[in-house]
Amino acid sequence: MPMIYVDGQEIEVVQGENILEACLNAGLDLPYFCWHPAMGSIGSCRQCALVQYQNEDDTRGRIIMGCMTPVSEGARFSLKAENAAEFREAVVESLMLNHPHDCPVCAEGGECHLQDMTVMVGHRDRRYTGKKNTYRNQYLGPLIHHEMNRCIACYRCERYYRDYAGGKDLGAQASHDHLYFGRHEEGVLESEFSGNLVEVCPTGVFTDKPFLKQYSRKWDLQSAPSICQGCAVGCNIAPGERYGKVKRVHNRYNQDVNGYFICDRGRFGSGYLNSDLRLDYAGIKNPDGSFFAVHQQQALDTAAGWMAGKKIAAIGSPRASLEANYLLRELVGAKNFVAGFSDQEAELMGSITTILQTTKAINPSIKQMESADAVLILGEDVTNTAPRVALALRQSVRNKAFELAEQMGLPAWQDAAVRNLAQDQRSPMTIVSALDTRLDDVASTCVSLAPDDIAAFGYAVAAALAGELTDNPSADATAQMLKTAKNPLIVSGSSMAHQGVIDSAAAVADALDKATSMLSFCVPECNSLGLALMVADGLGGSLSDLVKRAPKLDALIILENDVYLRGDKSQIDQLLASGTKVITLDIHENSTLDQSDLVMAAASYAESQGTLVSSEGRAQRFYPVHSPAAERLPSWQWLLRLANVMGHKKLSKLEHFDHIVAACAKSNLLFAGLVDVAPLNSFRDRGSKIPRQTHRYSGRTAMNSGVSVHEPQQPKDHESPLSYSMEGLNRDQPSSLMPFVWSPGWNSNQSLQKFQSEVDGPLKGGPSGVRLISSSLQGADLSQQIDKVTLTAHQWHLVPMQQIHGSDELSAHTEEIAELAGRGFIAIGQKVAEKLSVSEGDGLLVTQGEVECSLEVRILSRVAKNCIGYSVGYPEAQGLTAGSLVSLKADATWQRSGAEMIASDKASFEQVISDGGASNV
Amino acid sequence: MLSELRTMWEVLKHTFTKAETVQYPEEMPYLAPRYRGRIVLTRDPDGEERCVACNLCAAVCPVDCIALQKDTREDGTWYPEFFRINFSRCIMCGMCEEACPTYAIQLTPDFEMCEYDRQNMVYEKEHLLIDGVGKYPDYNFYRVSGMKTATKDKGEALNEARPIDTKSLLP
Repeated sequence: MPMIYVDGQEIEVVQGENILEACLNAGLDLPYFCWHPAMGSIGSCRQCALVQYQNEDDTRGRIIMGCMTPVSEGARFSLKAENAAEFREAVVESLMLNHPHDCPVCAEGGECHLQDMTVMVGHRDRRYTGKKNTYRNQYLGPLIHHEMNRCIACYRCERYYRDYAGGKDLGAQASHDHLYFGRHEEGVLESEFSGNLVEVCPTGVFTDKPFLKQYSRKWDLQSAPSICQGCAVGCNIAPGERYGKVKRVHNRYNQDVNGYFICDRGRFGSGYLNSDLRLDYAGIKNPDGSFFAVHQQQALDTAAGWMAGKKIAAIGSPRASLEANYLLRELVGAKNFVAGFSDQEAELMGSITTILQTTKAINPSIKQMESADAVLILGEDVTNTAPRVALALRQSVRNKAFELAEQMGLPAWQDAAVRNLAQDQRSPMTIVSALDTRLDDVASTCVSLAPDDIAAFGYAVAAALAGELTDNPSADATAQMLKTAKNPLIVSGSSMAHQGVIDSAAAVADALDKATSMLSFCVPECNSLGLALMVADGLGGSLSDLVKRAPKLDALIILENDVYLRGDKSQIDQLLASGTKVITLDIHENSTLDQSDLVMAAASYAESQGTLVSSEGRAQRFYPVHSPAAERLPSWQWLLRLANVMGHKKLSKLEHFDHIVAACAKSNLLFAGLVDVAPLNSFRDRGSKIPRQTHRYSGRTAMNSGVSVHEPQQPKDHESPLSYSMEGLNRDQPSSLMPFVWSPGWNSNQSLQKFQSEVDGPLKGGPSGVRLISSSLQGADLSQQIDKVTLTAHQWHLVPMQQIHGSDELSAHTEEIAELAGRGFIAIGQKVAEKLSVSEGDGLLVTQGEVECSLEVRILSRVAKNCIGYSVGYPEAQGLTAGSLVSLKADATWQRSGAEMIASDKASFEQVISDGGASNV
Repeated sequence: MLSELRTMWEVLKHTFTKAETVQYPEEMPYLAPRYRGRIVLTRDPDGEERCVACNLCAAVCPVDCIALQKDTREDGTWYPEFFRINFSRCIMCGMCEEACPTYAIQLTPDFEMCEYDRQNMVYEKEHLLIDGVGKYPDYNFYRVSGMKTATKDKGEALNEARPIDTKSLLP
């Protein structure tokens, strides 16, 4: 590895990196703005200036930009040289010319990269006496707040939003010192990844709007390492809490999973934690249907009385932790435990777990997916079902550009040059789906087919790969694309609710039979895969089996699951009203809870710990951010205490969370790795637990003094190596225990580089999470049976459309997410719309057997023949089933929503009007 | 012996000096305006709350006796939803006043804060907020800040140019 000299100090560097990266790797503080590890260099902010000397005798040197200068053997630089330091200070001074005087009322204050860099370069006094430029702000939707005055024109937002995340509606406008970053007109940002602007922007132009409503400074937030519960990708997050409320969610770096970015559902979808629907106390149902609150012990005694020695059964949950599910399964016995999937979901999850263990392809991490140079997506709108994966797929199509750059000898971090070189050349991506997907813009080929035909297409590709002749030219082309690629990737998933699609994806992977080929499935919920692995033995049977058995049961216990979302209403009514005592543990009110006889208030993910298995089979631990409020208990504690009261032989011996993990790991060969997911409760870093609070956590002697001046002791965490305290050190600990990032002089999230072993590399604390499943590579056993559905006239094939905002059960209860989700819709092609004489925003009556729904019309540009999409998971669309045949009719009584604008959009617009004139941008 | 006599002499000598003790509370000592006593929250010259809930006072407080929560008015300006000082912990160091970017929090010469019940030492915003500007008569943060408020448009703050028309081609 080459050696360079910085201020006489010898530094070993990586061949090909730039001097800014080299300095940061060496622990030197070199200020920067526009450079970002995930987005490379463009040299626009002129902040990372150093002096480079030609040789040992050169004393004058010349100023160069660190991010644009590659290192070379023996190169000499100076960071401390006076002219370089002066240059850097002058750059900040000029950036501050127009910077407004509003740090006290800026949500970035205290974690602002501009503040950090200003202090770092030593700029203090303003010399310029002229006037400051000002700008009008824009309304950018319910998630992002815009304050354009604060902009320093580093271009990071535009490069992230357009170049990295593929957004189209945010960009740079005007020129010179009139530069403006915003939309062409006010409106909701379209990208599903807009929230990352908050972290990408080095100052306070884009800030977190929901957080702003209940704002606390970064140093006042109590944080814990957590895992996003929004989907099955398992992004690492760091929620921040104060005064008992989870206030915001920030990205937590995990090189293999989410890197620097998460999606908007993950960042903004936790508002439901503070909603009025949350349960605070356990309750027993009165004869009149209402509940009366009882103490935890009373609830446990009652439940134990109903259950001990009786015929009992239980329903688990794909959104509860592995530990809670394990305890419940042990408590009632494997034969009485139903996973809590719908019948169809159970079947799909079963085959996905089998395929992942037998396929001849790698099950890739997101980082690995970014390296794919040919992608085939079968039947999945990845942006809506596994958003973070879609962001990775957007990067994968750039591998063509990197390949071209390599041929030219251009380093990959030369972002502008690489993009210029590649222009529109991308690695191939084929999307086969029934309807539009949000990745269509980067795909080289889009094929619109009905679900059955997607499966057939997949098998045709597999046949072509095996050398057979097919009569399908696009399948042949796809096969050729995969064959010639170095790292081909096949993505499919369960969102189509179609067995054949999943099987055909596995068939393609097996036919490809390449050591570097990858096969990834998108699965529905945060622990779907973990639960599917747990019930892979099939002992408990399906939900409909349970419905049949229900009348014979004495008690039924349901864990964090609204079973009304898992089956027909009539079927579930039958299950819950069969005279069986129903005991439910959940975090918030839902239909299942209303039908229960006893309710236990469960703690949310922010109040409990547990392990989730992501769609790549990675087991990851989440930790409580704050101790449970009121009389809530984590589900695993409810169940453990219930087992104790009932005198369960095996479970009574368990005392702590770690014991459950160990028992769970022993119970199933696949779960053996669980014990290594995170350090034990007894882990201490330099003698103390890892603090959840920053060292400048304020107000400890006043927070609770409104209630009583006698300060309570800090809550104790007896179950994890983290403490509710500011004592201890947050540095270099195992990565799964990193609650937040901060380093002296680096208050913003840019301090992450101090936690990375090298720029953009793994964390110093090692990898986080354990991969539970690996494939035997023998090839999946597939049926190849596709039952073709025959349509009669005027019937359409109902295709589920997962929506990032709205389809997820929990995040939909968040105010901002609900606003973005809008009304339940039916998505049709232009031709169908003309036939039914409806247009966008009109109403359609959708009839599926006895179910009739009135839904809003959305027009799609790409629709497979005889297919229509519907907003799955929306309350308006409840009752509709994926894959069923429906008839459509214009709804005469439909009321169009008042304006095109949504509520808060309108409010802001009216304010602008009343302020005397619309925004001039 | 000599030392004892000397001591008695020294003590008796004070019989003829003027007493330094004042008859508090009948007679009040003079305390300079900069004396660090009971903390107040002041208002700007327009009569609005000065505090913008920036949290700097809480952050700098060495005994962590200040807690507040930011809220937003309709026009986007910030103010504290609650602002609490636990005077039973306060050491009157005045760091909060130094940290305050809006001159909202000020220490006053009032030191008479005895209570029989310690709970009464906890002051909420209604107890802290006074109807005056305190030691700094002129300052109004929002007149200087670039933020748009109900009474001030973009570009109307101190030293600000009119908002830029990004559609204009002129330099």
